Amino acid sequence: MTKSIMIVGVGGQGSLLASTLLGKLLVTEGYDVKVSEVHGMSQRGGSVVTYVRYGDKVYAPIVEKGDADCIISFEKLEAARWVQYLKKGGVIITNTQQIDPMPVVIGATEYPSEILSELSEKVTVDALDALSLAEEAGSSKAVNIVLMGRLARQLDIPYEKWEDALRLVVKPKFIDINLKAFALGYNYSE
Amino acid sequence: MKELLIGNAAVARGLYEAGCSIVSSYPGTPSTEITEFAAKYDDIYCEWAPNEKVAMEVAFGASVRGKRTCCCMKHVGLNVAADPLFTLSYTGVNGGLVICVADDPGMHSSQNEQDSRHYAQASKVPMLEPSDSKEALEFTKLAFELSEEFDTPVFIRMCTRVAHSQSIVETSERVLPEDKPYEKNPQKFIMVPANAKLRHPVVEQRTLDLTAYAETAEINREEYADSEFGIITSGTCYQYVKEVFGESVSVLKLGMVNPMPVERIRNFADKVKKVYIVEELDGIIETHVKNLGIECTGKEMFTNIGELSQLSVATAFGMDMPEFASVDTNVPGRPPVMCAGCPHRGMYYTLAKNKITVLGDIGCYTLGAMPPPNALDTTLCMGASVSGLHGYNKAGGKDTEGKTVCVIGDSTFMHSGITGLVNISYNASNSTVIILDNSITGMTGHQQNPTTGYNIKGDPAAKIDLETLCKAVGINRVRVVDPYDLAQCDAVLKEELSAQEPSVIISRRPCVLLKSVKLKPALTVCKEDCKSCKMCMKLGCPAISMHEGKADIDATLCVGCGVCTQLCKFDAIKDGGEC
Repeated sequence: MTKSIMIVGVGGQGSLLASTLLGKLLVTEGYDVKVSEVHGMSQRGGSVVTYVRYGDKVYAPIVEKGDADCIISFEKLEAARWVQYLKKGGVIITNTQQIDPMPVVIGATEYPSEILSELSEKVTVDALDALSLAEEAGSSKAVNIVLMGRLARQLDIPYEKWEDALRLVVKPKFIDINLKAFALGYNYSE
Repeated sequence: MKELLIGNAAVARGLYEAGCSIVSSYPGTPSTEITEFAAKYDDIYCEWAPNEKVAMEVAFGASVRGKRTCCCMKHVGLNVAADPLFTLSYTGVNGGLVICVADDPGMHSSQNEQDSRHYAQASKVPMLEPSDSKEALEFTKLAFELSEEFDTPVFIRMCTRVAHSQSIVETSERVLPEDKPYEKNPQKFIMVPANAKLRHPVVEQRTLDLTAYAETAEINREEYADSEFGIITSGTCYQYVKEVFGESVSVLKLGMVNPMPVERIRNFADKVKKVYIVEELDGIIETHVKNLGIECTGKEMFTNIGELSQLSVATAFGMDMPEFASVDTNVPGRPPVMCAGCPHRGMYYTLAKNKITVLGDIGCYTLGAMPPPNALDTTLCMGASVSGLHGYNKAGGKDTEGKTVCVIGDSTFMHSGITGLVNISYNASNSTVIILDNSITGMTGHQQNPTTGYNIKGDPAAKIDLETLCKAVGINRVRVVDPYDLAQCDAVLKEELSAQEPSVIISRRPCVLLKSVKLKPALTVCKEDCKSCKMCMKLGCPAISMHEGKADIDATLCVGCGVCTQLCKFDAIKDGGEC
């Protein structure tokens, strides 16, 4: 049975490291894995998405509507943008951070401030302030790893394996910050 | 060894293992990483050529000398390289020659979604189409063997979903092919009419030979199941078909999409009651199958616009949409934007302020078309801004000269802007060309180019001097401005537009994302000084927004470029800590 995970956010937020970590971990666990992302135009502050699929044998590299077991969103508006891709019974893990898109910045439209509560009425949402937790870990750039820590709760892979995979993808001088960020995400409770 | 690689890295690995020794390419999404990954292997000489035509001709020369060689480009790059392509088909090769072309169905980062398979058919060059990274590696190696066996260039057709998807590959060691010394052979390599007339029948025979190969080739594969109907497909569409049907339907997977087999398709069609064709973009397999007199269903079920997916395949076959949730709230779009501190912003602000008509080009600066600054009027293809400006001014005369410019990046100018500038000079239009020189090829992810002073490896290289180049083609008025200096941009723009001869303005400042660029501390808005006039908002800087009626600068995005400071009439924008 193929599992589908989506990592969504705003171009430049560091989703690449998150998908690299996840890919390496899943390969090590012996799964067939496909990770798909789009480069180029969309990376310049636009909405970005990475698809991760794994199982005994994975065919399609992309995730479609109603197919994702879990969506990890780096920004709350992006969680709403991609919610149609969530499978019935799936979980959205989202950072509560707000990043105004250009139509909001220039006043053409408003940021829907109640978007998280509306989402929570429709699907299971696990929301956390990953930016604050990342800063607590020692770097605002570790938002991606905080969210991976949160994802670890959803997957049936031992905590130590995640730590091993982190050591493979993070430079040694940043590993302590990232291990802490991962733990903060994993252990977070409201 | 097993590795998780994106398709483009797998092609690069295939180049390495096949003993390819020369790669020349021009960057273009989604093909760029092939050459970037190939450049990591010290055994392969790699370069960024100024454009795809040059790259393909470099590959031709390297092949004539007897080396295995490759050139890579995006689908529209193949238009630029079409001239050498069609005759390269006639000459054939000495060392194996592989052309990697990456299509972009859905136009994630492209100006059209042309289907490169048309080129394979038109130029009579074989084309292999991998469906994942494993095949990308294997097919690349096979392509060199076919190239040398059948004396032809060979296409590898990638698409975004294969190029940028990671999947597991099995790697092996590099094997160098036997050296093939160059032997003079005018009838093969000098394509004048007398020789080309002899080569054309060779090309036609080659297609027959390749068709015979396709009848038994392992890269074309039947997967029979106990099903009523059968599907003929290729590339990423094969993955969608398998995702939907698993082992429950008969499939003929074409690894070689040009030329296609005849007897194998007849046999496959005989074994199933109904044949469906699943292919992205144009109905090329479908046309081939129908030309064989075989009934099939293709484009009447599947669109020729954009990408397919497992969902579009499933619903086309009448399956239900899965359940999914959605929100009632309107979710604002999040289009890509020019980065905070982008050097293009100051020049675009100046052009918009002066209500200038702007012919645009291809690169990050195409984002200047978005509001604000909403500054562009056209975008066609690489280099078209310069040549288009000349045509626009020839048509408009005094009505448009002085009110119209074109903008083109440094890399795009080297790619195909120079010839347009030669035309402006030679055929004398009073045109003003603005080169947005950010000292890098930006949109594709920071590739070096002939104006940067570095090669693909990051080693120092000859640096083309844009001022000297423009003067050499006959432009007397060449000005350089700093786009962070709005007053200077405005003054120079007005001077050059009022001049009665062609001119070039080089708007020069390196891309703010370059590691070599030292960023300044973030600026802040002193709330008590902000009069909410929103002048700073006209820049369209993602770091500036209005909060509770006052301008606000996001310190995590701001790089202190100071362009907004120049617009604020109330001196409300200050260095961090001054408020």
